[in-house]
Amino acid sequence: MMYQIKDLQLSLPDMTRKPLLGAAPRIEILRGLTFDVPQGAVLGIVGGSGSGKSTLGRAMLRLLEPTGGSITFNGQDITHLAEDDLRPMRAQMQMIFQDPMSSLNPRRRVGGIIAGPLHVQGHEGIGAKVLEALDMVGLPRSFANRYPHELSGGQRQRVGIARAIALRPEFILADEIVSGLDVSSQAQVLNLLQELVRELGLTLAFISHDMSVIRRLCDRTLVLYRGEIVEQGPTAALFANPQAAYTRDLLDAIPLPDPDQVWA
Amino acid sequence: MSAYLQIRNLCVTLKGGIPILRRVSLDVAAGQVHGLVGESGAGKSMIGKAVLGTLPRALQVTRGEIWLDGVDLLSLPARERQRRIGATAALIPQDPLTALNPVRRVGPQITRRLVDILGWSRSDAEARALHLLEEVQIPDPARVMRSYPHELSGGMRQRILIAAAFSAEPKLIIADEPTTALDVTVQKQILRLIADMQARHGTALLFVTHDLGVVSKVCDTLSVLYAGKVIEDARMRRFFTRPIHPYSRALLAATPSYEDPEGALTPVPQSVIEQVEREVQDHDRRAAP
Repeated sequence: MMYQIKDLQLSLPDMTRKPLLGAAPRIEILRGLTFDVPQGAVLGIVGGSGSGKSTLGRAMLRLLEPTGGSITFNGQDITHLAEDDLRPMRAQMQMIFQDPMSSLNPRRRVGGIIAGPLHVQGHEGIGAKVLEALDMVGLPRSFANRYPHELSGGQRQRVGIARAIALRPEFILADEIVSGLDVSSQAQVLNLLQELVRELGLTLAFISHDMSVIRRLCDRTLVLYRGEIVEQGPTAALFANPQAAYTRDLLDAIPLPDPDQVWA
Repeated sequence: MSAYLQIRNLCVTLKGGIPILRRVSLDVAAGQVHGLVGESGAGKSMIGKAVLGTLPRALQVTRGEIWLDGVDLLSLPARERQRRIGATAALIPQDPLTALNPVRRVGPQITRRLVDILGWSRSDAEARALHLLEEVQIPDPARVMRSYPHELSGGMRQRILIAAAFSAEPKLIIADEPTTALDVTVQKQILRLIADMQARHGTALLFVTHDLGVVSKVCDTLSVLYAGKVIEDARMRRFFTRPIHPYSRALLAATPSYEDPEGALTPVPQSVIEQVEREVQDHDRRAAP
């Protein structure tokens, strides 16, 4: 198992309701999640806004520290690991962000952006690794000298992917990475991701609000609602025979590009 | 009966001459919903902005006609044009949070148009706003009128903007990606609401969206845009069953559908992009003096 997550809880102080003196009340964001991510799996995490999808992803990468439960990554308990101990592990877990414009430094060239994590991890032969990463995401090598604003949305997202895979991680978290893209670029990015998962043997957690995208890409799916898992299972089964009422609501609400769909 | 909104050969350019809209023509009849679809940068929103006279300063209409209720807006003096647009057309914007003023209560934001522009009395306007909030299914409308935007959910805010858009009984509403910022379950409620309100009030609706799924649920007719040029005009059902232009077919093929997980993820092929680019260039050559 790549990830074993048991009774994961996370709460944050609600500063809008903090009394003048004393502690702020806490908001429960994740309310006891238990699931596993097997090696090589593509796990879809779906839910409405505010359901805790992104918080779950950030807890899995230990960008946030859980307040309860445990997270085991490759057999090691990382629930409360200190930042210094986490750093070497970060080479194994990378993230692709939603908005490539704000997650790529506008003042650095693409080559420098992709090289960033390689420097942090103290790699050698960085130049060659950057070019290799560009090859793998299907961008011309000359793009290393361009700035993010010179690229289209789909190309920028490829740079985000290149940065994540340059370290050859075992696990990648992709948080709503196609929601800002046009359908054509979306199709390209999803196809690319599918290829990389196959070629590099990646394990992928794919956060999305779009059930159609999840259906296409993920072999397991987890449905979140208000910080709880309402349903999880193999994607095909979950779509064919949704058990939770919320999953059915989500599926029923999707407008399919089909004038004959019953959408009542 | 002629269409309520008729756009003829509308050309909009960036100052310096770069074309943004290329001889766009379309009709929207009263009680009909016309979709504008295309990828980002295709000029969908610019058509709506040109009609409402809210184009960014850097853009200008260089030729064409926009007939609203039998009057060519572009032939009117600026002040008269804005008065006419204000009295007959309204916008449902994309992002309900930025469209509402965060430091004013919701009520005055709905009634302002009626009081300031149409000269209603404050009490008439408030009665009308309460009635509209009920019509868009907002519970406890009197309380909501006194609320600030941040106290309400995204779906509620969008309902308020729909109520505001319908407040002066406009003949034309332009909805610019009205559900893009919402969850699918909320999107469904809001789309239904817009469709119900539109049908009940007999409004002509110009619906800008990038989501072909949404188009198939709300539109009667549509135009597909690429680089500011109308690539295909179609009745909705015909578009989904027999799209004519290769670019339309490619857009449909790139749209994922959970009912067809194996198919439906083909990016627009390079050959199709080259073909539409050629059509756009041909158009520009013909348009050049």
